[in-house]
Amino acid sequence: MTTRLPPVDILVVGVGVAGSILCKELAATGLKIVGLERGRMLDPQHDFAMPYAHDELKYDRHSDILQNLSRETLTFRNHTQQKALPMREMGSFKPGECVGGAGMHWGAHARRFLPWDFELRSRTLDRYGAAHMPADWTGQDWGLTYEELEPYYDQFEHIYGVGGKAGNLEGALQPGGNPFEGVRSREFPNPESQRTYAGTLFAEAAHSLGKTPFQNPTAAMTSPYTNLYKMTLGQCVRGGFCNSHGCAMGAKASPLTTVIPTLAKHPNFELRTHTNVTRVDMDSDGKRATGVTYIDARGREVHQPADLVILASYTFNNTRLLLLSGIGKPYDPVANQGVVGRNYAYQTGARVAMFFDDKVFNPFMGGGALTTSIDDYNGDNFDHAGLGFIGGAYLAAQSNGATPIRSISVPPGTPRWGGAWKEAAAQHYNRNFSIYAHGGCQSRRGNYLDLDPTYRDAHGQPLLRMTFDWGENEQRLSAYAIERALEIAKVINPSQLGVHPLSKTYSIVPYQSTHNVGGAAMGADPATSVVNKYLQSWDVPNVFVVGASAFPQNSANPPTLTVGALACWAADAIKDEYLARPRPLV
Amino acid sequence: MAHAYRFLTQPEVKFLEAAAERLIPADHLGPGAREAGVACFIDGQLASPWGLHGRQYRTGPWQEGTPEQGFQSPLTPQEIYRAAIREIDQHCRMEHAKAFPFLEAALQDELLRQMESDALPLPSISSALFFSLLLRNTMEGFFADPLYGGNRGKAGWRLIGFPGVAAANYTEELDHHNQSYQVEPVSILDIEQQRAQVDAQGYAKHIKLRVEPKA
Repeated sequence: MTTRLPPVDILVVGVGVAGSILCKELAATGLKIVGLERGRMLDPQHDFAMPYAHDELKYDRHSDILQNLSRETLTFRNHTQQKALPMREMGSFKPGECVGGAGMHWGAHARRFLPWDFELRSRTLDRYGAAHMPADWTGQDWGLTYEELEPYYDQFEHIYGVGGKAGNLEGALQPGGNPFEGVRSREFPNPESQRTYAGTLFAEAAHSLGKTPFQNPTAAMTSPYTNLYKMTLGQCVRGGFCNSHGCAMGAKASPLTTVIPTLAKHPNFELRTHTNVTRVDMDSDGKRATGVTYIDARGREVHQPADLVILASYTFNNTRLLLLSGIGKPYDPVANQGVVGRNYAYQTGARVAMFFDDKVFNPFMGGGALTTSIDDYNGDNFDHAGLGFIGGAYLAAQSNGATPIRSISVPPGTPRWGGAWKEAAAQHYNRNFSIYAHGGCQSRRGNYLDLDPTYRDAHGQPLLRMTFDWGENEQRLSAYAIERALEIAKVINPSQLGVHPLSKTYSIVPYQSTHNVGGAAMGADPATSVVNKYLQSWDVPNVFVVGASAFPQNSANPPTLTVGALACWAADAIKDEYLARPRPLV
Repeated sequence: MAHAYRFLTQPEVKFLEAAAERLIPADHLGPGAREAGVACFIDGQLASPWGLHGRQYRTGPWQEGTPEQGFQSPLTPQEIYRAAIREIDQHCRMEHAKAFPFLEAALQDELLRQMESDALPLPSISSALFFSLLLRNTMEGFFADPLYGGNRGKAGWRLIGFPGVAAANYTEELDHHNQSYQVEPVSILDIEQQRAQVDAQGYAKHIKLRVEPKA
């Protein structure tokens, strides 16, 4: 028995980084907006109170702000010849399940994407020719340029209080900033972060090799800040316990520290927590969404009619809801046809660890993306001729706040346990740091998302199935980035080095990053994309799909700034164009 | 220290104290896993929702996958610990005439290495699966906040120089390059039991340790 509720104007599915901003921006129209969130409401002052926020075991292993896998997970295999099996434990990535989503436990890395990221297919063809394209490449231009998105990056930076130093102000290079960044219309709203000892050693070595180090943009406040929505955030005290944790100081920008309290004041906005959307409902000819069906906290099935449905949940759920609702043609990797689930990609991580006899780093200090990096090997900032791959990596020394369960680093050859391990842990915990190579990831034919034929969630619906492995492009890219990191490490001259390359085969077990993208890619061509440049479904124009699901492949840079900018961009398109005259915007 | 075990039986406690002690032994650097209360920590974990895989996906069908596909056992951590300890002790009695805790340290190490490489055949489960849980939980028990029953006396944090709950002064300290910040570690348990001071925002007030000058 389905409960049918009175219609509303706009439904937003998922109230995280993208959904909270869409709700807030659209609330200004006065239309009736309902935000549907499968998780619970948080109160950062209570949920992340001191000293309990500094509990590594809880937040790294047993956190209740992450997706509860007992109700829903996904299945995984490396390639189509394998049987996909459920991800039974949280590992490689950590989707959120609460108001604020993964934006509550993110690491605050606030890089924009490079202009190249948005046009990489045409720029690769122009500069290197068709022979340079990776095998089975499904990567594509976004149909949206950096220049078009720039005002929305700027808007989001002023919502999230990003700290940094501009490298390119209206075309003029600025000392101290990242010379490779896209043109920026004005300075960051907050100053750059302080440079740690590790960051200083990295920067001096990189500079001596002719590279240009800079402080990574961060959304952990570098000074007290009042944002575009008049929300005030305190300054980060660099106490660590940041990645995977909520911030006890309220100093990390998140949906709950920047948007939701002000959103909640709009009388035309309603937030419904513990509502798990199971499908977008369609009219009889499948051309128009009529609302959504969800299961509420009492287990009731509820039909909520609406004129406009915006999917703004995590990459996986956006894609899964499209598949469950029959919106768009599912991707078939054999025929290389269809679009939903195509373009799934991730990010490549590798590092060079350096161990010293005469230097200490106090690695427990930091957090809030306290990072010094170089972009000389990011995107297409270097000549790829003859290298056999496209894309790149940024190299970084990051002081994340090294907690002891997950962050003890020992030299190569150390046993995993016993007296020799204990001695190495005691000796090296305070005397090492790593140069990380954060690399991009191209989408390709064998990597995709679809519905699993076997496993189901707690509501009886098929789980999402991920088929994914690193391509040759990612292996070559990461190996190249590690070679460059080693050049810098040798200048720093530690007493021992440990190289941690990209895994030969992608594994869902060790934590890597919550930077899953694609599945509902944007583009200029409906044959290869799910949504147009305004994040609007090609097939069902009253459905928008906003989030990292829209990335046609992944940049080396973390996704959050671009997710937020796309939300601001889509909100404007909906407000200014779609609502005035509902229609396909392209 | 007295501890009422909620899940583990006494032979299981003896096994875990002995095995965890080989993974992190007491030595000149300080206490090992036994003294740090790792068995007590594991008991608490097994009695918690994690011991029954409360937030894990537990719907079949079950089959073994590739290492890249991760944990696929139909058994819960409670069931894995219970079965593995019984079967390893049985193996030790058959082959070495004594249960695991009563064997020589070198032989215990050899048996642990066999488990780690899945070379110790057990009747019902993979010894490598058990070893991976044991190593993970031992490390957690040695380094997690003492409120969970392990890391007694903050032995794990003292070993590496981890200060525990942060103080609010790190932005200044970060500018003191290459100077070790050595303080008496503060745990959540210390603060709950009012053995440590906090500031107005709840951050720890650290007490600096006097560092002996190098000889």
